[in-house]
Amino acid sequence: MNRLAVELPGLSLKNPIMPASGCFGFGKEYAKLYNLSQLGAIMIKATTLETRLGNPTPRVAETPAGMLNAIGLQNPGLTKVMENELPWLEQYDVPIIANVAGTLTEDYVAVAKSISQAPNVHALELNISCPNVKQGGITFGTDPVVAEELTRAVKEVSSVPVYVKLSPNVTNVNDIAKAVEAGGADGITMINTLLGIRLDTKTGRPVIANVTGGLSGPAIKPVALRMVYDVAKQVSIPIIGMGGISTIDDVIDFLSAGASAVAIGTANFVDPFVCPNLIEQLPEKLDELGFETVTELVGRSHRL
Amino acid sequence: MIRQGQMQVVKQQQIAANIFELTLIGQQVLDMKQPGQFVHIRVSDQMEPLLRRPISISSIDKETLEFTMIYRADGRGTTLLSEKKPGAQVDVLGPLGNGFPIEKIEAGQTALLVGGGIGVPPLYELSKRLVEKGVKPVHVLGFQSKDVVFYEREFQQLGKTHIVTADGSYGHKGFVTNVLETLEDDFAVYYSCGPTPMLKALEEMYPEKAGYLSFEQRMGCGIGACFACVCETTEKTEADYVKVCSDGPVFQSGVVRV
Repeated sequence: MNRLAVELPGLSLKNPIMPASGCFGFGKEYAKLYNLSQLGAIMIKATTLETRLGNPTPRVAETPAGMLNAIGLQNPGLTKVMENELPWLEQYDVPIIANVAGTLTEDYVAVAKSISQAPNVHALELNISCPNVKQGGITFGTDPVVAEELTRAVKEVSSVPVYVKLSPNVTNVNDIAKAVEAGGADGITMINTLLGIRLDTKTGRPVIANVTGGLSGPAIKPVALRMVYDVAKQVSIPIIGMGGISTIDDVIDFLSAGASAVAIGTANFVDPFVCPNLIEQLPEKLDELGFETVTELVGRSHRL
Repeated sequence: MIRQGQMQVVKQQQIAANIFELTLIGQQVLDMKQPGQFVHIRVSDQMEPLLRRPISISSIDKETLEFTMIYRADGRGTTLLSEKKPGAQVDVLGPLGNGFPIEKIEAGQTALLVGGGIGVPPLYELSKRLVEKGVKPVHVLGFQSKDVVFYEREFQQLGKTHIVTADGSYGHKGFVTNVLETLEDDFAVYYSCGPTPMLKALEEMYPEKAGYLSFEQRMGCGIGACFACVCETTEKTEADYVKVCSDGPVFQSGVVRV
């Protein structure tokens, strides 16, 4: 028996550790460093219908125990992802979670319908925290009604389970979580980055060309953990937790708070081997805590 | 091959105002192929500062397994790095990126090497390799002022070297272009690293010459995955964009829109 295995809608994970979308490209760079088949899954970079060149630079800025980014969903577009990136990833024995983004509902639907048919795409991750969408901005991720409708529209066309990635930039994340569950979501991934600004102290100018960026890294872990903890009590669909995870203790905390698996983002930039390292450390940590399997650990904070 | 590992500090010394020369030893030196490549350094094992710092390689010695970097300590990360003493361990990811192609020039020809400020260091290994190959390098090195000039003698040992300072406190006064205007353009290839306005001026000055320019951009991962360091391209290339860390940092002149 594989004590690290986790079964989720569409996903038979050999372990609960996967790189988060946007922090791992389409895997090619990290494949030069280690065998991607070790990973539980891979959340590939957000794919939009059309090619996107992203925002002007500077796109990143370091902050205390974290970083801001405003890449702007740069990606080669659906056709090239389907023709080049996904077939290339087929050489690895690893399920792909395709992050789907767009401006209009129709864009999400078109990308979801097509990309969910790729043989190695086992689930979708609906990116509803895009800042430039219909109905005045980030409403896909911040308005429960819109989030539910979008989830339903994508569910209708997707041939694989749909996970929805929640934004933390909301008044009440539970409302959004319950809405996407009602819309038919098979799971939730959370959290995306927190909006922030860094200023150049000398000039007073924002460091990032886009002015605002998304905060990630260890700094956001307590916020992410709180949201996972709260949402786990509100929904019955599984959660893939993320937000500032860089150590094995962070992994344990997210699982305890109710995540069934976790994703690693910014930590990949600090230590490109962080994912395989955490996978290697996990069995020992389970022993130390007295748990036989990963699944026993999931949600234990709620059973105390 | 990109590796990550601990390397040991052999030597660290200040060579100009806030400019440090740091020599590390370790097996990763064997993978350092081209002049102009860089390493991505973690200056602390704490969560702050979090990200790695990209620093260019200024010289490589495969026999002793040592390499040297020259950097300016002007932020929290590089200041911490400057405090590392011999014997200390430094977490190094690299070598990264594509450096200056020396195969684009032949023995007996002249190469023009133009550096600006903290863009000067990678030209040192480049010049050494060119001299080994029988190429004659001419160096034009620009600095802000006398107190930040470094490696004048080292470059002089390799070839003719012109020093320029913006405030005129040492060498020629003005920008590197002021000196370049007075030189014969009998070189076969130019190589440059420095601020983007300087690279742009060179492209405009020598539109007919083959040139290789090293660019700088804020980086995240350093290996091409995060899309932080992209640059717009010109019509000269089919690519919509290039990444400084993994497609560069050195590009042929005309590729990056400056």
